[in-house]
Amino acid sequence: MASIVQFENVGLRYGTGPETLSDVSFQLGRGSFYFLTGASGAGKTSLLRLLYLAQRPSRGIIRLFGEDTVLLPRTRLPGFRRRIGVVFQDFRLVPHLSTWDNVALPLRVAGVPEEDVEQPVREMLAWVGLTDRANARPATLSGGEQQRVAIARAVIGRPEMLVADEPTGNVDPDMAERLLHLFDSLNKLGTTVVVATHDFQLLNRIPDAQMMRLDKGRLLDPTGALRYPPPRSRP
Amino acid sequence: MGAMTGVMAIMLFLTVLSAATGLGTAAAARLLDRDLAGRLTVQVVKGDPASRDAAATRITAALRASTDVVAVSTVPRAELARLLRPWLGDDAGDAALPVPALIDIQLRDPGDTAADRVAALVAGAVPDARVDRHQAWMSPVNGAMRTVVLLALGLVLLMAAATAAVVVLAARAGLQFHRATIDVMHMLGATDVQIARLFQRRIALDAAFGGVVGGAAALGVTAALQAQMAALGSELLGSTRLGTGDWVLLALLPLCFVALATFAARLAVLRALGRTL
Ligand SMILES: Nc1ncnc2c1ncn2[C@@H]1O[C@H](COP(=O)(O)OP(=O)(O)OP(=O)(O)O)[C@@H](O)[C@H]1O
Ligand SMILES: [Mg+2]
Repeated sequence: MASIVQFENVGLRYGTGPETLSDVSFQLGRGSFYFLTGASGAGKTSLLRLLYLAQRPSRGIIRLFGEDTVLLPRTRLPGFRRRIGVVFQDFRLVPHLSTWDNVALPLRVAGVPEEDVEQPVREMLAWVGLTDRANARPATLSGGEQQRVAIARAVIGRPEMLVADEPTGNVDPDMAERLLHLFDSLNKLGTTVVVATHDFQLLNRIPDAQMMRLDKGRLLDPTGALRYPPPRSRP
Repeated sequence: MGAMTGVMAIMLFLTVLSAATGLGTAAAARLLDRDLAGRLTVQVVKGDPASRDAAATRITAALRASTDVVAVSTVPRAELARLLRPWLGDDAGDAALPVPALIDIQLRDPGDTAADRVAALVAGAVPDARVDRHQAWMSPVNGAMRTVVLLALGLVLLMAAATAAVVVLAARAGLQFHRATIDVMHMLGATDVQIARLFQRRIALDAAFGGVVGGAAALGVTAALQAQMAALGSELLGSTRLGTGDWVLLALLPLCFVALATFAARLAVLRALGRTL
């Protein structure tokens, strides 16, 4: 299987502190589904930030879509970022935009003509159950609603890769399952999905998912993505 | 509408007024130049009226023969008497008074060489006649006018610089304020130019509103001042009348400043964004 992401001996240090991530090496297969787990502070968000190009590593090589991103000039970053959908741990909705406009943002940024924006946004909002909150500002939404807006925004552009940082932390179990199902559908359409989560309940919902575990900035099984439980031997 | 609008309004009010002052003064200086260019006056001072008039006639005859001279006219005695009446009272009209004869000359070519030739001609005819060049008398006035014009131009440039600086500060503050949103926009794949465009539009709108208000106020004040100057009936103040071109230039100033503000905002935003990842 072709890999969409390759990390080779990646290290990340914030400022002059100790390394937050050390010797991280792995490959992600195109079209696969991954969970990233680890204790709080293990470096999950940090690893994902490297993945969605919000951060450059202190050392090592990161190849994304077949290109070395460490040497990528700034002007080429937007093109790469448009191929990645991100659900931030803290949502990061644009406060002065309505739910509708937040969800439409990636399409507009990508220059999709306005007449082609409406239908996908409407469908997306219906899927995450926020049709009647379309005109609400983020500040007036509950935590779970904000999270669903963030997810809708991340997947609306049918990204090649979806990176989600604790995407179900604020929703009830039913909604969590629904959202996970959304990710799964996207995955079946070809999107590579990486979900960081503490929620071990979720892990069993996607039978084909592979798991990566971080411990104090190091990937357990540094030779590649751990399969836990192994994909085929799952009950 | 923010503080930006107010600052722009004040800036443009001051800028347009400065520019109007400069343009009005330049108009007056041009008029003065045109009036004085190539004008000479010959004074013949002699105690004896008969020899004075004879000398004046000799000079007039010599000048009439010169190809450098377009027009020669002796200032009539009655006109001189009128000019002198404030000092000499009714005696000014007395033919026996040793009032100099004045001869106005208009040269074909306002240059120095023609003036020198004519001065030599006059000296040849009457050695003690005095030749005055109007341009030379008025040169301090003209110099002062040019200083005012330069000062006005300097003020306009300073205002432009201050406007750009204010815009850069406003843009930086805006970037700081919207940092989280900008980060998100970047993560969604927005280019710097897309983000800059948002700020640019905001700042351009604010600046345009302020610019129009300030500029219009200044144009109104200028029009009122012009009417007042014209009503004074003073030739020098009246000559500061602005032409159509001047008015167009003044009306364009706010547009130029808005363009400058937009450009400065764009540059500031792009530079700041260039430092992020
Ligand atoms: N911008 C930063 N500057 C300095 N240190 C940071 C920064 N971001 C994260 N860290 C540190 O790096 C370590 C890993 O943080 P990270 O957010 O990646 O953990 P995490 O696994 O996502 O945790 P959680 O499950 O709580 O979200 C932590 O010790 C954190 O304090
Ligand atoms: Mg985290």
